[in-house]
Amino acid sequence: MKFRANLLIGGALFATVVVAGALAPFLAHTDPVMDANLMNAEVAPGGEFWFGTDAQGRDIYSRVLYGARISLTVGIVSQLINTVIGVCLGLSAAYWGGWWDDFVSGLTNLMLAIPSLIFALAIMAILSPGLTSLLIALGLTNWSYTCRLARASALSLKGQGYVQAARVLGYGDIRIMLTQILPNILGPIIVIGTLGMGGAVLAEASLSFLGLGIRPPFPSWGSMLSDARDQITTAPWISIFPGLAIFMTVLGLNLLGDGLRDILDPQSRARTA
Amino acid sequence: MLQFVFRRLLQAIPILLAVAGLIFLLFSVIPGNFASTQMADGRSVVDAESIERMNRQFGLDQPLATRFATYVGKLATLDLGTSFRTRQPVWHLIGERLWPTMQLAFAAMMFAIAIGVPLGFLAALRPGGIVDTVSMVTAVSGLSLPKFWLGLMLMYLFALQLGWLPSFGYGDGALRNLILPSVALGVAPLALLARTTRAAVLEIMNADFVRTARAKGMSERRVVQWHLARNALVIVLTTVGLQFGSVIGQAVVIEKLFAWPGLGSLLVDSVSLRDIPVVQGCILVIVLFFLVVNMLVDVLAAVIDPRIRYS
Amino acid sequence: MSGDALLQVENLRLDLIVGQRRFGAVKDVTFAIGRGETFGLVGESGCGKSITALALIGLLRRPLAFGGGRILFKGREIQDLSDGEMRKLRGNAISMIFQEPMTALNPLSPVGRQIAEMFVLHKGATWHEAERQAVEALANVRVPAPDRRVRDYPHQLSGGMRQRVMIAIALACRPDLLLADEPTTALDVTVQAEILELIRDLSAAQGTAVLMISHDLGLIANMCARVGVMYAGRLVEERAAQEVFRTPSHPYTSGLVASLPLLGARASHGRSRLKEIAGVVPAVTAFPEGCRFNPRCQARTEICIAQDPEETALARGGRVRCHHHA
Repeated sequence: MKFRANLLIGGALFATVVVAGALAPFLAHTDPVMDANLMNAEVAPGGEFWFGTDAQGRDIYSRVLYGARISLTVGIVSQLINTVIGVCLGLSAAYWGGWWDDFVSGLTNLMLAIPSLIFALAIMAILSPGLTSLLIALGLTNWSYTCRLARASALSLKGQGYVQAARVLGYGDIRIMLTQILPNILGPIIVIGTLGMGGAVLAEASLSFLGLGIRPPFPSWGSMLSDARDQITTAPWISIFPGLAIFMTVLGLNLLGDGLRDILDPQSRARTA
Repeated sequence: MLQFVFRRLLQAIPILLAVAGLIFLLFSVIPGNFASTQMADGRSVVDAESIERMNRQFGLDQPLATRFATYVGKLATLDLGTSFRTRQPVWHLIGERLWPTMQLAFAAMMFAIAIGVPLGFLAALRPGGIVDTVSMVTAVSGLSLPKFWLGLMLMYLFALQLGWLPSFGYGDGALRNLILPSVALGVAPLALLARTTRAAVLEIMNADFVRTARAKGMSERRVVQWHLARNALVIVLTTVGLQFGSVIGQAVVIEKLFAWPGLGSLLVDSVSLRDIPVVQGCILVIVLFFLVVNMLVDVLAAVIDPRIRYS
Repeated sequence: MSGDALLQVENLRLDLIVGQRRFGAVKDVTFAIGRGETFGLVGESGCGKSITALALIGLLRRPLAFGGGRILFKGREIQDLSDGEMRKLRGNAISMIFQEPMTALNPLSPVGRQIAEMFVLHKGATWHEAERQAVEALANVRVPAPDRRVRDYPHQLSGGMRQRVMIAIALACRPDLLLADEPTTALDVTVQAEILELIRDLSAAQGTAVLMISHDLGLIANMCARVGVMYAGRLVEERAAQEVFRTPSHPYTSGLVASLPLLGARASHGRSRLKEIAGVVPAVTAFPEGCRFNPRCQARTEICIAQDPEETALARGGRVRCHHHA
């Protein structure tokens, strides 16, 4: 019963964010970057400005809508990169074994030893701030769990009859990995991917908050919060809404991930059932 | 036991070396060098001659392999290099920032353990009950909260509105100053620990040996204390160790928010200023800290669990 | 028999609770075990034999629950005892060994301590005394070098050794009744015989009655004086062990006997191929109307579908629950 609630609420939250981002040009009242108007600075929520305005007089509601675009892009694309890297390394390590497996395992351990936010920060340090750099930094630093999972599941599948049979039939290594092994480990990988997407949204916000991700005036939720800090006493709403947006997005993804786990990865559910 | 500790120490060395190599490479392959980024980034005008002088001074004109050899050689003698900016030894800069970061990380973790573990335990005793539902909803929310936003809200409420606690700063290590940042930092590990503890307890509750304990005629209380708690503790301990990594990582943001004079703020400032030796040093020390904490946790787990000891 | 019986089970009913509904996982099971007697319960997995044992020792857990009937131990009703009172019996007067020796011991404690715990719990011994007694108990179950083995952790022992430790724990307090739930199923064939012999010898020496549970009719017939055959939550036949083999009365029992491989002299009489019983045991939530065996029974008639058979006493001793018993 409970897992349906997870999926439903998580899906609804995530869908809301997706719709908000996709339809931002239609839903927004003003341009998120250009429409600064110091006459309207720090207006409290209500009336014309649903979420109020910031120190430059920009409509926070419109900026939050556009912020969804950045968060979703970073979340989806970077996590996709992570997943592809993790799956390729994990599958090939399990399948080919030998020195390649040792190398991949060593690399995975190395990645696990460096806190991923620190690693992303280091990469941002050598690239110039911006969306592309963020995608690279977050896409290269969070694949270790996917890789471990793919490797472990592929190892256990490798010995099974149908994979052996495919080999006897003369299928190539890569074809076996993609057609025989990958479909069987897809469930848990989707679960990790969904949860990782939430992590990437949080990481983007953190980096932008530190001034190392998306830079103002572009409306990333993290950089909006970075601006808002100075006005926290006079205009707390500038801080509240972007934060709520991040929270909603990540909560949606986490609930979705939990719900998907119950369906796609029944082994982990059986333990608690 | 001693053998286990020794083996565990040996395992950490190659990882530390690999991390050193990785961050060295990372900052060596970047286009341009420190001096030219100074020119583009900083507002001061730097002429070609002083760039040349600087490169020579920091050994940046040597080939990559030579530079790496020198770097590792210096690391072996605990020499982390010299800051581009302040010309101070990096070790000195890091040294004065280490203690505040450790304080913050440990305080956050203590907070997470003190609340997360009992919460997960209570939730597992009645799965599907009210305590379980409420604590698991709280946990998933806690995992989804952006830490710096939570920190900002705590700051607004408890410091600026209620005036109970200082809004930022180290305050010479006073406990009052430690509370808000460590709560903001500890909420995510708290949530994760609650979930892990719950899952561990539920799994062990159905384990055969717990049934054996009941069949022996043991009271439920003793079953929980003696058989269940110890076994769950091993799983929880391992999670605590792994969580330290993300706590130290996230500390960067929290330190920046609360103007906490730790390694994290030093790292962020050095990244913005492209002070590469300090960035490298910070990351190395952070990884070392993480590895040491994990090693201690593993040793502790091995004390409890003979299977880890002998494997 | 009922006067001096150690254990009497009368019309035992155990429920599986799914949501608001209760399904009779075990229904109307009646049997008795005398002092020092060895009684066997046999049946396929899911027939309710293991949960019957768990009910006897008061360890049923959700989603299973006691549903009705009486359990008399030494003439005293124990099905409604408080948890505290049940605990005094558990491990002390009634003890149990389980199927999985690999996971039945706490991985974090030395085995000696896990045995010693029994003396501390039930005999009021100090830990020091108890540890010494644990060495004796381990010697009793024929573990070599027991004074060193007590310090070993479960993962350092083989499956057979662990099951010996379990037996030492179960027999530590010289219980009146030992419940042995598939004690050898998870072990190597060579070890199985040793463990069974150990259970038989020790229980005989201590005067402990044994309820032996197994899916293996051959094993049960070797170990036990009397046998109860269970199918889909019901006791379908209860006889002396030798009789069951020679003249099985219930069609299900006949099927079980026919599916056994025969060795030696009896093998030469003829069957060349093992028989199997067609079909599978129904799920607890989908037990059929009438006789629960009817969908798989070759002797089925109208009445088997329409009406649940009553227990019938057999002239040559024992009982059977079948409309068409032999």
